[in-house]
Amino acid sequence: MDYRRAADLQDAVRLRQSMGYPFVAGGTDIYPAIENGARFPGLIDVSKVEALRGEIRREGGEWIIPAMATWSEIIAAKLPSQFDALKQAASEVGGRQIQNTGTVAGNICNASPAADGIPALMAMDAKISVAGPSGMREVPLEKFVLGNRKTDLQGDEILYAVKVPARPGRTASAFRKLGARRYLVISIAMAAAVLECDAAEKIVYAGISVGACAARSLRLPAWEKALHGRSIGEVGSVEPVPAFLAPLAPMDDIRGKGEYRKHAAGVLVREALVKAAERLNEQVA
Amino acid sequence: MNRSLKSEEAERSREYSPVRLRVNGAEYEVTSPAGARLADVLRDDLGLTGTKIGCNAGDCGACTVLISGKQVCSCLVSLDQAAGLAVETVEGLQKDSSLRGLQAAFVELGAAQCGICTPGMLMAAAELARESKSWSREEILDRMGGVLCRCTGYTKIVDAIEHYLSGQALPAPDAKAPAVGSRITKVDGLSRAEGTARYGADATPEDALLLKAVRSPHAHATFVIGDTDKFVRENPGVVRVITARDVPGKNEYGIFDHYRDQPVLAESQVRFNGEVVAAIICERGAAETIDLDTFPVTWQPLEPVSGIDGGLDPKAAMLHASRPDNVLTRGKMIRGDVEGERGRHVVSGKFQTGYVEHAYIEPEAGFARRVGDRMEIFVTTQTPYMDRDGVAHILGIPKTEVRILPSAVGGGFGGKIDMSVQPLLAVAAWLTDRPVAYVYSRLESMRVTPKRHPSRIEAALSCGDDGKLKTFSFHADFNTGPYASCGPIVANRVPLHAMGPYDVPTVHCTTRAVLTTDAIAGAFRGFGVPQAAIAHEALMDQLADKMGMDRLDFRILNSLLPGDVISTGQKLSSSVGMKECLEALKPSWHEQRKAVAAFNQRSDRFRRGIGLGCMWYGIGNTSQPNPSSMRIAIGADGRITLYSGAVDIGQGVNTIMTQMCADALDVASDRINLVLGDTDRTLDAGKSSASRQTFISGNAVVLAADKLKESIRRLTNAGADAAIKFRDGTVKVSGAQEISLDLASLPADDEGNVLSEVGHYNPPTTDLDENQQGIPYASYAFAAQSALVEVDMLLGTTKVIKIWAAHDVGRAVNPTQVEGQIQGGIAQGLGLALMEEYIPLATDNLHNYLIPTFGDIPEIEIYLVETLDPLGPFGAKGIGEPALVPTAPAILNAITDATACRPTQVPVTPSRLWKLLHDSGKGRHAISG
Repeated sequence: MDYRRAADLQDAVRLRQSMGYPFVAGGTDIYPAIENGARFPGLIDVSKVEALRGEIRREGGEWIIPAMATWSEIIAAKLPSQFDALKQAASEVGGRQIQNTGTVAGNICNASPAADGIPALMAMDAKISVAGPSGMREVPLEKFVLGNRKTDLQGDEILYAVKVPARPGRTASAFRKLGARRYLVISIAMAAAVLECDAAEKIVYAGISVGACAARSLRLPAWEKALHGRSIGEVGSVEPVPAFLAPLAPMDDIRGKGEYRKHAAGVLVREALVKAAERLNEQVA
Repeated sequence: MNRSLKSEEAERSREYSPVRLRVNGAEYEVTSPAGARLADVLRDDLGLTGTKIGCNAGDCGACTVLISGKQVCSCLVSLDQAAGLAVETVEGLQKDSSLRGLQAAFVELGAAQCGICTPGMLMAAAELARESKSWSREEILDRMGGVLCRCTGYTKIVDAIEHYLSGQALPAPDAKAPAVGSRITKVDGLSRAEGTARYGADATPEDALLLKAVRSPHAHATFVIGDTDKFVRENPGVVRVITARDVPGKNEYGIFDHYRDQPVLAESQVRFNGEVVAAIICERGAAETIDLDTFPVTWQPLEPVSGIDGGLDPKAAMLHASRPDNVLTRGKMIRGDVEGERGRHVVSGKFQTGYVEHAYIEPEAGFARRVGDRMEIFVTTQTPYMDRDGVAHILGIPKTEVRILPSAVGGGFGGKIDMSVQPLLAVAAWLTDRPVAYVYSRLESMRVTPKRHPSRIEAALSCGDDGKLKTFSFHADFNTGPYASCGPIVANRVPLHAMGPYDVPTVHCTTRAVLTTDAIAGAFRGFGVPQAAIAHEALMDQLADKMGMDRLDFRILNSLLPGDVISTGQKLSSSVGMKECLEALKPSWHEQRKAVAAFNQRSDRFRRGIGLGCMWYGIGNTSQPNPSSMRIAIGADGRITLYSGAVDIGQGVNTIMTQMCADALDVASDRINLVLGDTDRTLDAGKSSASRQTFISGNAVVLAADKLKESIRRLTNAGADAAIKFRDGTVKVSGAQEISLDLASLPADDEGNVLSEVGHYNPPTTDLDENQQGIPYASYAFAAQSALVEVDMLLGTTKVIKIWAAHDVGRAVNPTQVEGQIQGGIAQGLGLALMEEYIPLATDNLHNYLIPTFGDIPEIEIYLVETLDPLGPFGAKGIGEPALVPTAPAILNAITDATACRPTQVPVTPSRLWKLLHDSGKGRHAISG
């Protein structure tokens, strides 16, 4: 196997352009794929590319998560409460070993329908910053992940960073993952909820995203809309109707029947919302 | 153009330029490819085999090392990424004086059983131990959750870590006490904690060739192999290809001489997905580059014969000419007339279980070498002597010409009873006259080795007005897959156990093992009894409810008691602790019944329940001779050596035998030296299976000690009652006067021993006659467990909160190890009940096949009931399988108690339980409209 180490971002893009090999960063998807029979003529190791590392930081109205941020780094980072769902998701990725090496960008680019990190980011309207030969472009995460193992990343591009709009008001979030065991588990379904309220404690932003219930993680706009203008206390009592879950199309697989997963998604969303509302309440206005 | 090509070449050469790696403080120069997995580099290039590989996919954590102080799976890190960073492996732990205490805690507190996960566990624990903060148990679980253990049930691992973090001293072993009954240190524990124990993949000679198997992608097919010479020519590094016609002796193997129906290499037809058709023997460097897809074989797929119904379908293909109806074997236990004797109160049920995979963390592995006209195989196995005989049959040489050297075994549970790599390795090394090694991938380990039998059971139980059981009828069909393996053992053991540990005068139990082209089913902890126990324990609850009796009292009323006669006509005169086990659970049972009712008063979505599971288990093989021979010898210097052919698969038999040997000779246990499982040096102790080693080999040890003392008395003309003391290299005999035996004056054998005696024990069983009457087992273990669960009625999830486990073990030879067996058995029983189902091609890795993790284990409270079996060595029976059998029934009964719905199919996954609740109108709804 032709193993190339990219020296910097330009080198990574150039190697990608000329060789077309997949990138390897944390290795937590590539090496299992090889064990599972995938054959790559080579790999481009981007783990030493400084531009993809660095602090998780705020720049203006945005939080910047470098591509190579690991789940452990997310857990340890000082971040506002809108990131609580992401931190919870991070602590439920695989085991500690995977959290120490697996990266946010890898999770997104691998584009598993059950990617643990995507719902919480999606619920915060995250954008993906992509570097290519002609510079940078930005894509909403919702548009970046196209389907099962499919992204908008072009053959000569690399995911540079994830950008999350800093929510201006009082914000809280929560994450729920359902699996058949406690650790090292691929979810049957999962949900992330982000809520923001105004001074009058009315919901002004609701972001809901569900994973493992379709070919990719999805937002639930009808449910979000139903929460707008409600008081914090009402969040949990908004009775979900089937239309709320209409975007979901879970499959039958070894982890559960589609019918069950859809039902579970509704339960998890509601629990995440209630937890987020609870956290909103706990915050001093 | 040329220029750019050149620079490409220059860049490419970087791949093989030496990389500097810093491991445990030492610098190494490594020439492996930059993309090589760190785990492979550590093991193959640096010889640091303490780091284990369990899955190569980040699913098991066995290969956990620290990089820059952080735990990572070394199978997911490239050599290039690790270069220049501080890598720490288990071999480096000793250098950190503070962490030696962590290793000691693991050894002393029973945190290591087979030990294959121990290095990974220690490294994960080392990461947290260096952070100066106080750790809650929950936080420890979060940090340890990425490492799987299949033996211990995790409890003692967390205990050891907590103990170490507490800074308290470890309990000092009581040197004066008798060894039997005390918590002596696991004799091979330190080698586990230091990573020096050699497992199947850890001793491969440098010059060994590697073996790669060409396996069928079809469940059922015929095939033709093409030009293999061309394949050899076109693949540099391939030394030769081996197919069925190359097998020197008989191309067949199996557990029983008369059931050798599995070919080493398929001849023209494959009967399951993954069956081997050819073996490619290559130089080490070539193994990575061979593309198995280019191997010349053409397949003609046939209709698979899938599932029990598929196998029984009259239109199904016949899988073996000797079994025209695709029924491998039938078993039965019939006594009396069930129809005529049936009581007034009858309950019945149907139950279903799936394939269950052993999922030991060590994949099958070993190497073989030809030594003149002898064959030597170093291999992970539960059955070295059966391997020896099987390999001799395959090579067509006398069995005295085969030497099996069992490696440390990284978990067995029945899965390493059948041969795995041995047949192919033997043929390959025989033909090439070079050492050949083979390590199964996780996928091979899961796809091609035997599983627990899927079962379909129908049973009915009746009692009279007084609640005394009258009749039990039972039929189980087992999917045994394409080859016999241990299928006959399951089919014969189950009918004898199917009525449970109860006094049932009239029984009609039948079984059938059906051949299919699904995965091979064989031995797995309990040989079918765990599946049967799900049925009898469900019916016991149903019948108790029908009679309006307390479920525990109903079991006590019907428990087998000393003096009872079982279905086979055997009278169980003593050591029948079933009732004592139930009595032990009684206080918590009644307390919890009340607590559960109170909880459910307050809670709608979450419902609690408590359930019971009971079991009995015949120790050793069913109605078959199953002897063990153990040898004790004394050297001229007074050194005492126990030659034990009983394989320690993590269950701790090395320690148990040491304890028994020590007490039988009245010496301290640290005076006993062990020579282990080498078929040239030790004697046949039989399989490490059927929970038999403590009972059978333990008796052999006691007999050997007795004979040794007898021969010393004879040598010194001492009377039969003369006491013998082995002290400081001397032997003193005190009859009328004290005589010192001059060991140095006696002639020594090749091994330097001057005295050597063999103890031979075969349990007093008999064949069953045509009416299944006889003595199938010499000893029976009994157990009762109760489980407290909480079911989420909305999501269908089940959390097991606590398990109370009462086990009649006869005598707890080493309470730490007995507890470890029970905790580990409970973890596997919990897996069987709630999450484990092997589906060929779908769950053949450790992320789709789920075994319990650190976070899935309930609190466990253990009651050891010691009934002292008069036939058992020091009164001991067995615990390996009994630990697992009652758990799933207890959990299922608890779920029923909580939900008023009875799950009859395992595993009770959230999706399945939700459907059951939903369909019976008991589920809670999340979405209106």
